[in-house]
Amino acid sequence: MTTPASAESSLNANPTFSLLHQDLPNRPLVVMQPTRSWSLFDFKELWANRELLYFLMLRDLKVRYKQTVLGVAWVVTQPLLLAVIFTIFLGVLVRVPTRGVPYPLMVFTGLLPWTFFSTSVIQAAQSLTGNAALITKVYFPRVLVPAAAVAARLVDFTVSLLILVGLALYFRIVQGYQINFTWHLLIFPLLVLLMVLLTLGLSILVSCVNVKFRDVGVALPVLVQLWMFVSPIVYSADLVPERWRTVYSLNPLVGLVGGFRASVLGTEFPTMAITLSVIVTLILLVGASLLFRRTEKTFADIV
Amino acid sequence: MRSIISVQHVSKKFLIGRLRLPYQTLRDSVMTAIKAPFRFRNRSDSTEDQIWALKDVSFEVKPGEVLGFIGRNGAGKSTLLKILSRVTEPTSGRVELYGRSGSLLEVGTGFHPELTGRENIFMNGAILGMPRREILRKFDEIVAFAEVERFIDTPVKHFSSGMYLRLAFAVAAHLDPEILIVDEVLAVGDSRFQRKCLQKMEDVGHQGRTVIFVSHSMAAISRLCSRAILIEGGRVAGDGPTDEVVNSYLRGETNSAAAREWNSGTAPGNNVARLHSVKICDEDDAMVASVDIRHPVALVMEFEVLEPGHVLSPNFHIYSEEGIILFVSNDLDPQWLGRPRPPGIYTSTAWIPGNFLAEGTLYVGAAVSTLDPVMVHFFEPQIVAFRVIDNHESGSVRGDYKGPYPGVVRPALKWTTKYAPVGATAAREEALIS
Repeated sequence: MTTPASAESSLNANPTFSLLHQDLPNRPLVVMQPTRSWSLFDFKELWANRELLYFLMLRDLKVRYKQTVLGVAWVVTQPLLLAVIFTIFLGVLVRVPTRGVPYPLMVFTGLLPWTFFSTSVIQAAQSLTGNAALITKVYFPRVLVPAAAVAARLVDFTVSLLILVGLALYFRIVQGYQINFTWHLLIFPLLVLLMVLLTLGLSILVSCVNVKFRDVGVALPVLVQLWMFVSPIVYSADLVPERWRTVYSLNPLVGLVGGFRASVLGTEFPTMAITLSVIVTLILLVGASLLFRRTEKTFADIV
Repeated sequence: MRSIISVQHVSKKFLIGRLRLPYQTLRDSVMTAIKAPFRFRNRSDSTEDQIWALKDVSFEVKPGEVLGFIGRNGAGKSTLLKILSRVTEPTSGRVELYGRSGSLLEVGTGFHPELTGRENIFMNGAILGMPRREILRKFDEIVAFAEVERFIDTPVKHFSSGMYLRLAFAVAAHLDPEILIVDEVLAVGDSRFQRKCLQKMEDVGHQGRTVIFVSHSMAAISRLCSRAILIEGGRVAGDGPTDEVVNSYLRGETNSAAAREWNSGTAPGNNVARLHSVKICDEDDAMVASVDIRHPVALVMEFEVLEPGHVLSPNFHIYSEEGIILFVSNDLDPQWLGRPRPPGIYTSTAWIPGNFLAEGTLYVGAAVSTLDPVMVHFFEPQIVAFRVIDNHESGSVRGDYKGPYPGVVRPALKWTTKYAPVGATAAREEALIS
């Protein structure tokens, strides 16, 4: 019983051709030995495995929305519902000051990066432990697992972005609010990049710590809720007193969300906060990567 | 010739604490640190809670070699495979690979029940390191091999378990690395598909690729591998031609491949019957590992009946080197046929006549069953082995023929001949004419 495979490749026709000893590389392709040094990711290897990232992300999305009636509509439901609730309580009843921007628009602009950030981090935390079967059976760059969780949420984010555009047009055209579309809009892609890097950094960190200390996965949803209120999501950063502003801006979301609002709604551009946000993001990303690289070799033993 | 895989003094240590409690909580770590601040960093060095899954394992593999790992459960085979597959890293030592490797420690890694067969093929291929282009090129072949054409766009949760396993193996079987690392994947599907898998593995070996293979099936190892390494207690206990290593493994506890004994704690069986031993003997009741093809051989099992009132039928399964069951023999001795056996120790012997089996290694499985209603009290497949040797002396079925002699059995059949000399026919014809 021979399958078509045997006749297919020219290699097979000449069995040992490629495997004669002179064809073996002089230096090993792969060396496995205990290492305890600090290193960053092997970007060449990550690039070689980009298809795996794509398929892991695709699996996440497909599995999530299979057998749901609303399907992708669920993606926008969460930020939209939250926006409605906050608009009723904070916008209409409490009347949070917004410097002339319609509250629903302000809160939705904040909820957009926030939803991406929070859902990514919470899901990434469980991603390595959730894929234990994969990690204990086959080698691949482990960081792709939390990265895929983040990538899948980026797809959700893109869908929600369309809602934001619709919302902005509605308030400008129908309600007649003055929204300044300025050159800040050009910075938007860079802000999205910052948002992704920040989320990726924290996701990498929590995912590898959660392999050993499952407390992280349990505590994270609570911490994230608290984080929402120390970030200018449902209110504007202007509410924070001037002298506390620098300390407040150490929270990288302050600069990020402020930047989103400046870019989309034409509010004042928070240069200091964004600078701090970039610095914190880079430190987090490098630190998380180093820790992940150092611990990833033990994942299969303890996951 | 240079090696494609070089394993140098590899050891792997596991902490028993981690094995029992797969993860720690932060509080545990903090408490440990508080209780014994100076031991915190060296916790893993205290000798009582660590075990060595592998200890100083070294070997080299040449390109194109098909190498089998054998050993009991827990001997360290899987750990070694995980290190070779880069899933986990060694505690000490070094492994060098001089070729692209692909590993298959489980069929269907990354399969998701909600995804369709098509989606899972791409998913699984990506996980196993097959580029999308290559999967596209081999897609039809994979689907045809798995025999799931009609269901390829159905979520695999609707697949039967056989279809699921076939699809999973099909993807893996079309991997194309220079070094292929395979763990126990042949035990999938029905026996027809198992043979197909085995054939596929054999093809891979013949293509000159380097294959590392772990299986509990001695027959599969014997068939596929030219060389075997026996792992015992985390160390290399044997390394050489497959036949020799398999035999020394089967020799196991009683120092003979031709016999296995169990102590009361580990004996296979239930509360009705328990297996004590299985051995191969010659005509003089002496234990043998090989028999002359012309002489009869005795399969002997000793078992204990613990509960009265059961009609029991001991039986032997005889397997060829390829794992094919040649035949099954039931005890038809009228003394016990249909009669409940009182508790006690029984020794049952089945005689295979001389000039019946073909030369080669044969594996024997032993079972005791109740036939009506069917109940298997124990069944130990391929538990002992023996060799049938043809010394090319007179008296064998081979006669004077010296070449390779095909056939899974070689029975001495009774031949009869009717002969009419040429002259005689002519004479008869003449007689008829006249």
